[in-house]
Amino acid sequence: MSSKATSRPLPVMVIATVFLLVWLVIAAFPFLWTTWGSFKVEGDFFSKADWLNAILGPLTTAETGGSLTGAGYYGAWIQEEFWRAAMNTAIVCVCVVSISLTCGTLGGYALARSGFRYAFWFLFFALIFRAMPPITLVSGYLLPFFEWNLWGHLSTTIIVLVAINQPFTLWMLHSFFKNIPADLDESAMVDGCTRFQAFRHVIIPVMWPGVITTGLFSFLLAYNDFAVTTLLLTKENQTMVPKIVSFLGTTQTKGNVMFAVAAAVSITAPLFVMIMFFQRQIVSGLTAGAVKG
Amino acid sequence: MKHSTFFWFVLPSAVLMLLFIALPIVSVVTQSMYAAHEQVVVTVENCGPFGCTETTAVDQEATQALKEAEPLGRYVGTGIYTDRNHLALNEVTAAWFNADGLPDFGSSLMNLPFYRALAFTLTYTFIVTPLTIIVGFFIALAVNTVAGWLKGPTIFLSLLPMVVTPIVGGLILFWMVDARGVLGGALQWLANDPTLSVKASTGLTWIMLMIYGVWHSAPFAFVVYYAGLQTVNQDTIEAALIDGASRWERIRYVVIPHLFPLTTFVALIQLMDNFRVFEPLVSFQAQAHAQSLSYFIFNDLGGETRLLSSAAATSVLTIIGVAILLSPVLIRTYRDFTPRT
Amino acid sequence: MNMMKTALLGTAMAVLSGTSALAAGHGCDVTDGRINIIGNEFPAIQSVAAAALACANGIEAESNLTADHQTLNVAGMTGNPAEYTSAIIANSSIVALINEDVIRPLDDLVAAYGQDIPARQLITIDGQVMAVAFMANAQHLVYRKDVLEQIGMDVPTSYEEVLAAAEKIRAEGIMENPVGGAYAAGWNLAEEFVNMYLGTGGAFFEPGTANVSINNAQGVEALEMMKALTAYMNPDYLTHDSNATSAEWEAGNVALMNMWGSRTGVLMDEEGAAMEVYSNTVAGGPLTVGDSGVAASTLWWDGWTVAKNISDAEAEATFQALAHATSPALLNDETMSQAVWLMDGFQAQPVNEGVLATVAAGANPYPMLPFMGLLHSALGDNLADYLQGNESAEQALADVEAAYTAAAKEQGYLQ
Repeated sequence: MSSKATSRPLPVMVIATVFLLVWLVIAAFPFLWTTWGSFKVEGDFFSKADWLNAILGPLTTAETGGSLTGAGYYGAWIQEEFWRAAMNTAIVCVCVVSISLTCGTLGGYALARSGFRYAFWFLFFALIFRAMPPITLVSGYLLPFFEWNLWGHLSTTIIVLVAINQPFTLWMLHSFFKNIPADLDESAMVDGCTRFQAFRHVIIPVMWPGVITTGLFSFLLAYNDFAVTTLLLTKENQTMVPKIVSFLGTTQTKGNVMFAVAAAVSITAPLFVMIMFFQRQIVSGLTAGAVKG
Repeated sequence: MKHSTFFWFVLPSAVLMLLFIALPIVSVVTQSMYAAHEQVVVTVENCGPFGCTETTAVDQEATQALKEAEPLGRYVGTGIYTDRNHLALNEVTAAWFNADGLPDFGSSLMNLPFYRALAFTLTYTFIVTPLTIIVGFFIALAVNTVAGWLKGPTIFLSLLPMVVTPIVGGLILFWMVDARGVLGGALQWLANDPTLSVKASTGLTWIMLMIYGVWHSAPFAFVVYYAGLQTVNQDTIEAALIDGASRWERIRYVVIPHLFPLTTFVALIQLMDNFRVFEPLVSFQAQAHAQSLSYFIFNDLGGETRLLSSAAATSVLTIIGVAILLSPVLIRTYRDFTPRT
Repeated sequence: MNMMKTALLGTAMAVLSGTSALAAGHGCDVTDGRINIIGNEFPAIQSVAAAALACANGIEAESNLTADHQTLNVAGMTGNPAEYTSAIIANSSIVALINEDVIRPLDDLVAAYGQDIPARQLITIDGQVMAVAFMANAQHLVYRKDVLEQIGMDVPTSYEEVLAAAEKIRAEGIMENPVGGAYAAGWNLAEEFVNMYLGTGGAFFEPGTANVSINNAQGVEALEMMKALTAYMNPDYLTHDSNATSAEWEAGNVALMNMWGSRTGVLMDEEGAAMEVYSNTVAGGPLTVGDSGVAASTLWWDGWTVAKNISDAEAEATFQALAHATSPALLNDETMSQAVWLMDGFQAQPVNEGVLATVAAGANPYPMLPFMGLLHSALGDNLADYLQGNESAEQALADVEAAYTAAAKEQGYLQ
């Protein structure tokens, strides 16, 4: 990345850095605030008297003796067994991402390479399907799922999440595959590969930035989904978001709100690890791949 | 690509979408054309811990007979679409003829729930979508200049608005903009008005919802563009540099055209998501000030008595709205699909 | 660390009381059939469900207690066999189950297994027992003793007196917005109107029909009183549900409010508020409005039902378990203050006085009409415009009527 084209004059660097810093503050402030507040009691964090309470925590000191308390984390992870939900979420996310990407890369590649009109109509209908508000879809699933005894299982939820997300995955991957020059795989086919072999040996090595990004979104969708997981899972199979929402509940029991805040902070940590791990793949891809050769 | 190859490549996606989206859509469209049966209501005595009262109840036996005769319900065609809680054709016509000038017609129109929700939905869509794209694009350019080891943390922080569980994120932001919250307090200090309250004012609530919308979805545009930037052909950039192109010209003539398919994609998804805006309205308890079409559906499905046909009709209207909204982008995509064999 | 300790103690107590309930027996040992309960998730229902599941001996027994229970219960009881053998509901939500015909009359089961259930707990519709109620709830005045003493006024019994007291509190500079109330647009706001309108002596429907009639003098009176109260509320009142209103109370910003009896326990305990606030919080009686003499509040019960589409063995198991769970055996030190229980042996706690006073004042039960839910939704969607000063009371009420009428036509209640 040290080629002449990417070197920048000083003023541009300054503007870019200032802009980026402002954005990072805006993006991260609520999260940092939440992280700090998750070690306080509810009366401080959601103080109706003065926002300074959330920083200083007078009620935390009064109720627990210290200025910080791990009660929210203890309550969520140990008392309410949040780790079960974390395991369910892990299962759901891994399955949703792998199934979505498998179906999506195949479909997206075909759509990007097919010149026929029907490929457009396929994409068009996929998009119209996506316009359907998820809440209508989910309430439509309830009756048949109860009737056929499909309700409550993790596998049902996984398939539903994959299906609901499929139009998005297809469009996104289709856009990325359009950016990969068609000459690449076509020259491989001239060399005697079948379409699938060309896909496997030529396209797969260079598609990672797009696939990782799409996978990230599939992951976030499965990770953060609320409508589907709340209505389609039994208590034992609950994933993290419905569990957090059940902490919020009607909040007639006090203290549970802080369980939700602590849990919400906790579930962000795996994402940090994941992004540190995959950012290399987003950055690599074509620059390291076959195009240059 | 051969037809048969195409078929096998798209088959898994197609089956999933047919089963879980296309079939439900068919049933929703059907549902929207049927209303519930006429209910046979009888007067009964109802007793409980607070004594007995005369009340009414549905006569199950009589209703059962009606249900068996017409399992889907009463066919009403477009009756539900045109009733007062949706397109309100009669009320709009009446308002048009009774109106005292256009502003008066406008205010009668805004008294009808569907049009009021549509007004908010469209304003939201057309302000938030372009802002998201622009902000996301510049974040991507800026992050791309960051030194290698800082990239990971920068990407992570930039993604946070999208990542933090919306329902908790909404709760915390809702508290922050409270008149005594940290952001609300900052605003009062900035405006030098100690009585300023975002939640009490319709205008400020709208602005808050839109800022939240951009904040929440800019990371989406950012990540897509950022991944796209990695595939910009460095040779082209260097060639442009040799030809003496300025920095802006390189972005304008090399980077932007390269990212165009992605912009189409981001615009499509953002237009659609913003048109279906829903969660912020719930998180910010904004229904007194702003309602959207998706909020209507939620309201119909969430009441003590669920209005299935009404929710179905609103869903179909939402789909139609999205199709109209997306038509310019779709026409572009259609042109890109010039048949080649 | 204190909090952790109480949490641990609570778990230990629950385990202990669970085992003691099992040991005591009371003929609660269900060995055949299946139990699956769906319901809301507040503490009183948690206790009932836990006690019911403890009766299961070697059979499938589950519960799904969630805030989304109303979305799931009809669908989950429609299939055959139904997923849920019982739904815990309130007097507003039982209507949806009856309309969809998914719950069974309980007369035979009461005769066989429920002879100990007092008549007041049985909910009968047209002579058939459809549900068994176990707790009561209502909204009533909650006030700050110290603030009223400071301004030298008696405890208000009407909304007019609330306004006078609020004015005095504000004038003396004690609090800027001394009145609280769950006025969040939507369900809460509609509920406040229902209370207020019944308090003015109004009736929602033309007798014996589904024709709504609220655009009248009482409707306007109710709305005007609500608007007068909002002048003394936090300007954000349209976003304040019961949670936010309780938080305002605990922050010491409010001295008078109309609040659910089930929530007063939280306000009077030591957590989340300064000593001055919780020790001076008192549950008063229901308020009146105008000179109708009717309490401006509604009475609510929570109860359980048994699904229709299940085998008789499952119905018997469910009935026996829940009958036991809502018998005097449930009551102990921990559960006693969770609700106003309807069982024999319930001893009223200070937090329950408001609900009992509301029952004693003869307030109306929340109307158990098949189409009341439609009106409630229409009210929640249309009244905020008036309170914000965007339109007249008459116009707002006319909008409610029009929205209700369209929905009632769709549901087949009106032609």
